[in-house]
Amino acid sequence: MIQPEERLIAAIARLILDPAAPPARHIAVGAASAIPAAACWLVKLGGLDVRLSLLHLQRKNPFTEGTRELFDLAGQGRIDLFFLGGGQIDGQANLNLIGTGDWPGTGARFPGSFGSAFMYLTVPRTILFREEHSRRVLVPKVDHISAAGVSAPGVVRRGTAQALVTGRCVFGFDGARFRLASVHPGETADSVRAETGFDYDAPAEAAQTPDPSPAQLALLRGPVHARMAATYPAFCRRVWGENAA
Amino acid sequence: MAFVALADLAARVPDGALLAIPPDNSLTPAAFARALVRRGVRGLRLLGVPVSGYVCDLLIGAGCVASLQTSAVSIGETGLAPRFARALAAGTLQVTDATCPAIHTMLQAAEKGVPFMPLRGVLGSDLIAHRPDWKVVENPFASGDPILLLPALSPEVAAFHAVCADDEGNVYVGRRRELATIAHASQRTLVTVERHFPGSLLDDERMAAGTISGVYIEAVARAPRGAWPSGLLDEYEADAAHLTEYSKLARSDTGFADYLARYVTDAVA
Repeated sequence: MIQPEERLIAAIARLILDPAAPPARHIAVGAASAIPAAACWLVKLGGLDVRLSLLHLQRKNPFTEGTRELFDLAGQGRIDLFFLGGGQIDGQANLNLIGTGDWPGTGARFPGSFGSAFMYLTVPRTILFREEHSRRVLVPKVDHISAAGVSAPGVVRRGTAQALVTGRCVFGFDGARFRLASVHPGETADSVRAETGFDYDAPAEAAQTPDPSPAQLALLRGPVHARMAATYPAFCRRVWGENAA
Repeated sequence: MAFVALADLAARVPDGALLAIPPDNSLTPAAFARALVRRGVRGLRLLGVPVSGYVCDLLIGAGCVASLQTSAVSIGETGLAPRFARALAAGTLQVTDATCPAIHTMLQAAEKGVPFMPLRGVLGSDLIAHRPDWKVVENPFASGDPILLLPALSPEVAAFHAVCADDEGNVYVGRRRELATIAHASQRTLVTVERHFPGSLLDDERMAAGTISGVYIEAVARAPRGAWPSGLLDEYEADAAHLTEYSKLARSDTGFADYLARYVTDAVA
């Protein structure tokens, strides 16, 4: 039986490998990003020649100049792809990691902006990921902008969101608007529309998000699990059980 | 430079100090923070470099903190920081939001002794509107290129937990060079270590590359497992079960008081 998380991992892997997107030779993964990290391992162990820099490794951390090196690398243009999420995400791909209500989050407080305000503009491709797909998360307009999805003319930026993956569907982003790319099993175009607070484009017939292949599942449950266990023990237990990889 | 006792190290932090602290798994000074709680420090202005975790939440919960500048607050795999959230909601904590590279850059400006440094990105973020100390200017070397300027930031005190220190006050942090930036930028740096290093860390080419010179270090105290419940490099792993227990207990005032009594107030280190 395929776990929902495994389908999300495979969906992100497919976006990483999208031949229409600029090449991903060096991918960085930030804090609390189990599913994006698993997708990166899946494409790498599946044969893609890619360098992975995982920010939160306690041992064998890829940065020898401290955590600021991630941002220096991004500023230099040496990171091709990064992942971001948000407590709120709106139809212009603006991300809110601050909170709701008055600044700095007098309603619900989110963790804070991390490096999003910088990475979203300096990295050519960002894949947005947020498992909860509801009107409280996907809003017409975010209460506060941690990181802007679209910039004013003249602002230097290398790229923006490539896509948004949620627990219900995959949206593509063309630099201005989201477009429904596929719905996960159990969802329809209408059910996604009902749970989405922002407006977006959609084809006449919604495609279904493909399942991971048997080869992908074997990689996920073996070598990918093994590489995730130290950093994401609770996630690995939930998705792949107590068995050691 | 002589080693001092942990309590004496904590006594060197004045009430109201601007105190820079690295987060979980970045050599966070957890034993030192517990000593600060026992010392009863008040009114700290914490700086998370560049984010904050267990140590920050503990100090806030114990009533030691007046304000916090950070890029995020997050503990363990769940990410919950209950005392931070409670203090923010109650209005007892003033929070100044930043973004990770901005904090690094402000410290790097202080490290270089220049008044400000530019940073790419960030434009379009509401962070800027809430940071009157940050300015967007035109790049003086090109036209039509707005760019963010950040002021130098020199913390009064920095504290972190390193692997070892020698008698000259040189401390070994391995590849975590952001600790060097914090020490260079701060006016005073207090360090706890797992153990004493016999001889000089600077005599060994391999150790020297991961060493911060004692010129930046005011005092060192021994605190074995001093990063716990965070992990420390290749020395020991994070104690995820304890962080989960902390996050659970810290959800309520009585639970947090219970935590303090069990792990902080009555403990000797």
